Amino acid sequence: MKINVTSVLVDEQAKALAFYTDVLGFVKKTDIPAGGARWLTVVSPEAPDGVELLLEPDAHPAARPFKEALVADGMPYTSFAVDDVQAEFDRLTALGVQFTQQPTEMGPVTTAVFDDTCGNLIQIAAMQGQPG
Amino acid sequence: MGDLYRALADPTRRTILDELTDRDGQTLFEICSRLIMKHGIGASRQAISQHLDVLEGAGLVRTERSGRYKFHYLETAPLSEIAERWSLPRKEKDR
Repeated sequence: MKINVTSVLVDEQAKALAFYTDVLGFVKKTDIPAGGARWLTVVSPEAPDGVELLLEPDAHPAARPFKEALVADGMPYTSFAVDDVQAEFDRLTALGVQFTQQPTEMGPVTTAVFDDTCGNLIQIAAMQGQPG
Repeated sequence: MGDLYRALADPTRRTILDELTDRDGQTLFEICSRLIMKHGIGASRQAISQHLDVLEGAGLVRTERSGRYKFHYLETAPLSEIAERWSLPRKEKDR
């Protein structure tokens, strides 16, 4: 058994695809119609055969209140590894991405948290002296 | 207004104030992360939330909603109450 797909609940798939590819830099892997929505995944260009991120519609009535409660408390439900948190913060801020937590050294790890514009907060993290 | 002295009596609450001094305006998540990762304080999110309620009740923390997020800010004004209450008249020779 292995983990090959994980998901983020997004409010609009088309908007999410644009953000996760054009802004974050992931690439589209799978895009097939699935029951009124799309089975839509992206991967990191650094690991095209790695774990896929499913951009899953948040249409279930419980999804929105759940997401809103997490966002209010600043809690990211998804985390990505980066080599340099400060460099990503600078790059994404220049692209208009809003951060709820600036790069912060937390013991052995540096983290930051941003808004994915689809109703989620995402954490980026780098271990000290160890590229993501 | 809650009790200032009770609010300050707890080490976790004092650490929260320390971290807000490091950077003002933090989400609950950031405060919890700092307590765990920098201080080894592994209290639950609910417990930290209650600590923040006590600090807010004592006027030491102010929360502000910004869009969909809630941030916590340090308020040091109540601390002057302590300094004023026990302020000593300055001695002539010190002037």
